[in-house]
Order: sequence, then structure tokens, then C-alpha cells
Amino acid sequence: MPGQRVFLHSRTLPVRMVAPSLKLQDLIEEIRGAKTQAQEREVIQKECAHIRASFRDGDPVHRHRQLAKLLYVHMLGYPAHFGQMECLKLIASSRFTDKRVGYLGAMLLLDERHDAHLLITNSIKNDLSQGIQPVQGLALCTLSTMGSAEMCRDLAPEVEKLLLQPSPYVRKKAILTAVHMIRKVPELSSVFLPPCVHLLHERHHGILLGTITLITELCERSPAALKHFRKVVPQLVQILRTLVTTGYSTEHSISGVSDPFLQVQILRLLRILGRNHEESSETMNDLLAQVATNTDTSRNAGNAVLFETVLTIMDIHSAAGLRVLAVNILGRFLLNSDRNIRYVALTSLLRLVQSDHSAVQRHRPTVVDCLQETDASLSRRALELSLALVNSSNVRAMMQELQAFLESCPPDLRADCASGILLAAERFAPTKRWHIDTILHVLTTAGTHVRDDAVANLTQLIGGAQELHAYSVRRLYNALAEDISQQPLVQVAAWCIGEYGDLLLEGNCEEIEPLQVDEEEVLALLEKVLQSHMSLPATRGYALTALMKLSTRLQGDNNRIRQVVSIYRSCLDVELQQRAVEYDTLFRKYDHMRAAILEKMPLVERDGPQADEEAKQSKEAAQLSEAAPAPTESQASQLLDLLDLLDRASGDAQHPPPLDPSPGGALVYLLDLPCAPPPPAPIPDLKVFEREGVQLNLSFIRPPENPALLLITITATNSSEGDVTNFICQAAVPKSLQLQLQAPSGNTVPARGGLPITQLFRILNPNKAPLRLKLRLTYNHFHQSVQEIFEVNNLPVESWQ
Amino acid sequence: YASLYFCCAIEDQDNELITLEIIHRYVELLDKYFGSVCELDIIFNFEKAYFILDEFLLGGEVQETSKKNVLKAIEQADLLQEDAKEAETPRSVLEEIGLT
Repeated sequence: MPGQRVFLHSRTLPVRMVAPSLKLQDLIEEIRGAKTQAQEREVIQKECAHIRASFRDGDPVHRHRQLAKLLYVHMLGYPAHFGQMECLKLIASSRFTDKRVGYLGAMLLLDERHDAHLLITNSIKNDLSQGIQPVQGLALCTLSTMGSAEMCRDLAPEVEKLLLQPSPYVRKKAILTAVHMIRKVPELSSVFLPPCVHLLHERHHGILLGTITLITELCERSPAALKHFRKVVPQLVQILRTLVTTGYSTEHSISGVSDPFLQVQILRLLRILGRNHEESSETMNDLLAQVATNTDTSRNAGNAVLFETVLTIMDIHSAAGLRVLAVNILGRFLLNSDRNIRYVALTSLLRLVQSDHSAVQRHRPTVVDCLQETDASLSRRALELSLALVNSSNVRAMMQELQAFLESCPPDLRADCASGILLAAERFAPTKRWHIDTILHVLTTAGTHVRDDAVANLTQLIGGAQELHAYSVRRLYNALAEDISQQPLVQVAAWCIGEYGDLLLEGNCEEIEPLQVDEEEVLALLEKVLQSHMSLPATRGYALTALMKLSTRLQGDNNRIRQVVSIYRSCLDVELQQRAVEYDTLFRKYDHMRAAILEKMPLVERDGPQADEEAKQSKEAAQLSEAAPAPTESQASQLLDLLDLLDRASGDAQHPPPLDPSPGGALVYLLDLPCAPPPPAPIPDLKVFEREGVQLNLSFIRPPENPALLLITITATNSSEGDVTNFICQAAVPKSLQLQLQAPSGNTVPARGGLPITQLFRILNPNKAPLRLKLRLTYNHFHQSVQEIFEVNNLPVESWQ
Repeated sequence: YASLYFCCAIEDQDNELITLEIIHRYVELLDKYFGSVCELDIIFNFEKAYFILDEFLLGGEVQETSKKNVLKAIEQADLLQEDAKEAETPRSVLEEIGLT
């Protein structure tokens, strides 16, 4: 029944048919009175039907009211496109009320993507040229809000005329409309550029503000304009200076700061003009210092100006002292109680940390404190900034802080924090043991959040640090015994226990508390990992292989291991099944080979194949001795200044060359080592350096299996009365050769013939190019620091032919 | 601002702190105009909220930094509207009571 469809309301409503349309406020009240979404929709649909009818009837008197109601409904998200034409009619009307609502409707409903919007161009043109000031204002406002490129082109002449109007009310609007027009039609820059310089002489703040905005827009779009406006820098400086030094003016001040909006805009323009321009930058230096020191920072308005000043100082060619001042201001911001200010400080410091590293470093403690922020966007930025501030001198302290943070940080930051710590550790680790400890800590704290290559990195790191094998395996064993849920940790621990199980059972290790571990306990732990539902398939693979390796490392009989291996022959996981079958066969049919096959693994290449593949290849590699420790990154990058003779040799020496990308690569690498047959004709040693009892000798080896390879061992000896410390040797070779420096045996040569330092250089010379070698030595001797750079002469011809 | 929330979209290089000032200035303008503005004021007079905004910002940029000037402009426009309405009032009243 029709009556039922009327909304239930406590007051009686006027009967629709006869009464005039609802007032806007009444409609709003009705809509808000609706109790459900469906009710609201009903009210609105009914009203829209009336509005549509009214539009059709063409009632001019209430048109503005109908459109206003329609706009409200539009704001709620309901369709209102049928009001578009009404906007046009209202704009064309002579009544101010109509125009006001009509233009508002145009801004809300007309869209430059649809052609209908062009229809108001004419009305705007008329209003701009003939309307009273408020009407001109409406037209300009609409134009700058929804004016399309076409409209802008059509109406540019009108707006240009208005720039010269006496009334500031219209002029300020015209200027900002010009800004919009230039954004839409860049070619119009030529129209609006000429009046700018003149407008800068105005005193009206609104006009000044608009003009500066316009100039900024012009400069951002055209280098020619930028050059042109550089000449107003002195004038801008003067305007800003006047603002800053003038006393309090009620009209434009906020919290004791004179027109902060204008100040910020001027500073922004100065930034653009001073960027990459020495002269302009110099002109503004004093003023910037003045603003930076005199602005009242008790409220946000002052801080806003200060912030803009800092941004400008950092972006132009400012004096070093000024830059430091700016960074210090940001540092002060970090201590501000207002969260927003801390936020902008962190974001800005992040942008500056590369270019002004040492200045930002000074605020490191404050930045680290910000890690404790409760607000997520703040703590995230604090983390990024903290990571960027880690360097070799503060790495230990920073890592402590970051690791503490890792333990308590919110989950979405865990992954970034973990990978940040690992990266920093890789770059700046002071010792291998520290590095291993750090990675271990990260794996135990946030194991599930680390990147995939963390496992490979850690195993390679441990593998390469022979002196730390016992230490590592013990720590890992302890960690594993406590918790088998963190997969990366479990994988590394399983691998280590498999490799170094014998060290685990040996008993004493200096660096860690003595641990009595039973063989059975070890096996039980690995079995637990194997059986746990928390273990990933890959992890179980590691555990199984580790168990297998232990069969050669442990003293007791292997019954338990054989049992486990046997059980897994029927495991549903194909990978485990295959392994178990192979291992079982090893026990049953090839037991005589088992020891050789399961020998300690050679060092895995960093980019090399998975550790598990290596196990299969270790069958053949078992004959050879253990590989040399991991090659350190060549320090030849620091020799760039020496390379006039050796034409960019350092470029090649920076990365260990991948000798052979295929999985067999590791084998070739191993075969390179001088082991089996001695080289046919030994190359004589060469003394290359002597100074005050410190001597450097080179010895050469060319393995017969690889004619392109040359191994040079440098030996540093000391027959003087004073110790040699911090000894570093760097080398460079010609571009066509490849050089790898391995880690030296140490940095100190004690006095009176103490233990020499040796270091191995590996040089690849496939083209048999003439060998040239430049060396740089740095060390401390007799309380003096010594640096020697020289090219080695008399290199034996046999070393490269 | 009691139960009022404001959201402002700015560009990458814009100064966030001055944006806060812009929002604050707008609230002050509304406050002065409506007398202790609250949510309902803005809802029932949304078109006025737009008109005030349009005297403070233009094309996304600040056009007038004097509170006084902005409020004066609104006042004048309102007066213009009132004058126009007064001229037509007799007619509308007749319409309101159902007589043409």
C-alpha cells in the first residue's frame, strides 16, 4: 500500500504534491533520520525524482535549492549527473545566489573528461569580463579548480587582463588561476611571465603569495625562466628579511611568526633559484642563517618556517657551517615532543644521510632513541636511518641497539630489521666471530623473517673460519637444543653438526663454557628435527644428511644412524626418500667409500650451488686437501689513484672472478691448488721490498693443470728491533689479468725475525699478457706509519709466459 | 578538533608542517564563521564550508593569509545573497502557502 512506503517519522510531513520542494536543511535532516541504508536510499531516490521533475519543469526560482540538495546527495555517493545542465543554467543566471551554487555545482559535477564541461566556457568569459568582483571571484575559482586545457587556452586573455586590475581581491585570484593554467597548458608561460617582476613590488600579502607561487611554477617548468628569475633573488631576500625583522602584525602573524605561509613560499622559491648556482646561494646565505636562528620555535608555525629553511640550506650551495647548523636543527627536531616534527626530521635526515654523513652521525644517539617510538611510521624511519648510520667505528654499539630492537620490534618491521642487521654485519664485521655471533643472534630472535640466502651466507662464513668451527658448532648445538622451530637456524645448525660433529664431542673449546655432549644426545636431537612437524622439507633434508655425515665423525657404532636412514627409505617426501635410499646403499654396498665421500666439505663458492649438491660432488673432491680460506674482497678499489700505469686494473680485481659458472666450478677451483705433482720448473723467489729491516718476498707457483693461473705468495719478514703492526698489502695488475687477494695470515710481524705474514695472490692470465704488478704497503713501524707504493720490477718471465 | 577530522592530500615536496597550519587556519575560519564550529554545522551548511574554503585556497594554493580578509569576503558575498533574496521574498512566501 502506498501509505506503507512513506518513512515512519514522528512528525507529520507536508504532503508532497501541493507543497513546494523541501528546503536543503530539511532534506539533510530526513536523510540523517533514516535508520537503515535501505531507508536512506529510498528517501534519496524519492527526492531525486522530485528534483528531476523540477528540472524538467524548468523552475528557475528554486533551481538553486534543487541543485544544492542534489550536491548533498552527490557527496553521499549517489548519482547526480542529471544536474550538470542545471549548473550551466544557474551560472548563466543573473542572480548571485544562482551563480554561487551553480559554480559550486560545476566544480563538483563537471569533469574535464566529459565534453559537457566546455559549455560553461562562455559564461565564465562573460563573468570574468563583466561581472562584479564576487562574481569574477567565483569564475576564477571554478576555472582554477576544473578548467581543462582547452578552457584555459580560451580564457587566458581574460585572466591576463585581470592581472592588471586595481582590486587586490580579484588580482590575487587571477594570479593563482594563471598558475593553474600554466600547469594545464605550459605554453601559456610566455603570457604570464612578463607581469611577474612587476607584481613582486606589491605589498598585499595575497598578491605577493600568488606571485611567488606563479614564479615558482614558471621556474620549475622552464630553465630559461629559472635563469630569468635569478635576478629577483635580492628582492626576495629583502622581502623575507622585512617579514622576519618586522614586529608582530596581528593580521598576518601566527604565534609570533610573521605570515609563515608567505615565508615558506619565499624560502621554497629561493631554494629553486639557489640550487646549483653559486652566486644566488651566496646572496641568501646570511638571510638563511638569520631565519634559522631567529624564528620562534615554540609553536608549529615557527617550526614550519624553520623546516623549510633547513630544506633550502641543504639544497643550495651553502657554507659548511650553515649546513651543520641545518642538520643540528633537524637533530633538535628529533627531541621535540610533537610527533609530526619528529617525523619530518627523520624523513629529512634520511635524505641527507648520504650527502652529509658525518653531520648526521652526530645525532646518532638521538636517532637510536627514536627506535622506541610507538608510532609505526616513526619507528620505521628511525630503523632505516639507524641502519644507514652504521659504519665500521660504531658497528658494535649500533648492532647491540639494533639487536635489542629486533627482539621487541613490531612484526612488520622484523624482516627489514633482520636483513638490515645482516647486511651491516656483512659490511662492517670487526671479526669473524662477532659476525657469526651476530648472525646467530638474528636467527634465534627473528629466524622466520630472514631472507633465504641467510642460511647459505652463514654456512659459508662458518666454513671459511676454520678457527671458529668448534666455537660455532657448540653455539649452534646449544641454540638448536633450545628451540627447533626457527628453520634457518635449524638448517645451519644441522649442517654444522654434520660437518663438525667431531669437534662438538671433543670437549673443550676456549671461548665457550665447556659442554659435555653425548653422542646419543646429538643423534637424538637430529632425529627430533627430522621428525618434527615444524621442520620444512628442506630442513629435514639437512638433518638427514647431517646424521649421515656423523656416521664417520662419531666413535660409536652406527646402528642408530643406519636405522633412521633405513626408515626414511619409504618416506613419502621424494627428496628425503632419495637421500635415504642413497645413504642406505652407501652403508650396504659401498661402505669402503663412505669415509671418503663424507669427508669435510670444501668451501662453498658464494654464488655456488646449494650445499647439498656439493655433498655429491665431494665424492670426487674428497681426495684433495681442504680448500684455502675464503677470498676476501680485493682492496684494490683503494688503489685507483695508482693506476696510471696499469690502466684500470682495479676494476677487474674487485670481484672474485667466477672461474666456471657451472656446478663443476668448485672442482676446478679446487684443482687449482698446488697439491699432487710439484710444478716442473720452480720459478725463483723475488725480493721486492726492503726498508729498515722489513722485507717483502714474492714466490711464484704455476700449477701445471691450469696454465692461466699464477699463484704468488708474498712473505713479509722483520729483522728489525721494532714490531711491524697493521700491515696491509694491496695489489693491482693490468686490466687483462684478474687478481684475487686472499686473506693474509695476519697483520703483525713481531721484531727480530718474528713469525712472518704470508698472503696468497691468485692471478689469472689466460691471454699470457706480460705480468705487471704494483704493490701498496701500509704499516706501522717504530711508531711511524709507513706507506710505500711501487711497481715490482724484474718479474720473472716464467711467471706469465 | 573535538570530533572533526581533516584529511589533506599534498605532493612529495610539500612542507608537511605548513600544511598543518593550513588545516588549522581553515578550522579557525569555520570557527569564526559558525561560532564554535561542530560537525553538524558543516553537514547542514556544507555549501558554506565550500565557499569559505574557496576564499582561503584557490587551485590548491593559499590565496589569502589574512583571516580578516577571508571572513570579510565571505560576509560580503553572504550580504549579496541576502539582498537578492530579500528582493524576492514576497513571491516566495506566497508560493510557500500554496498560492501562486
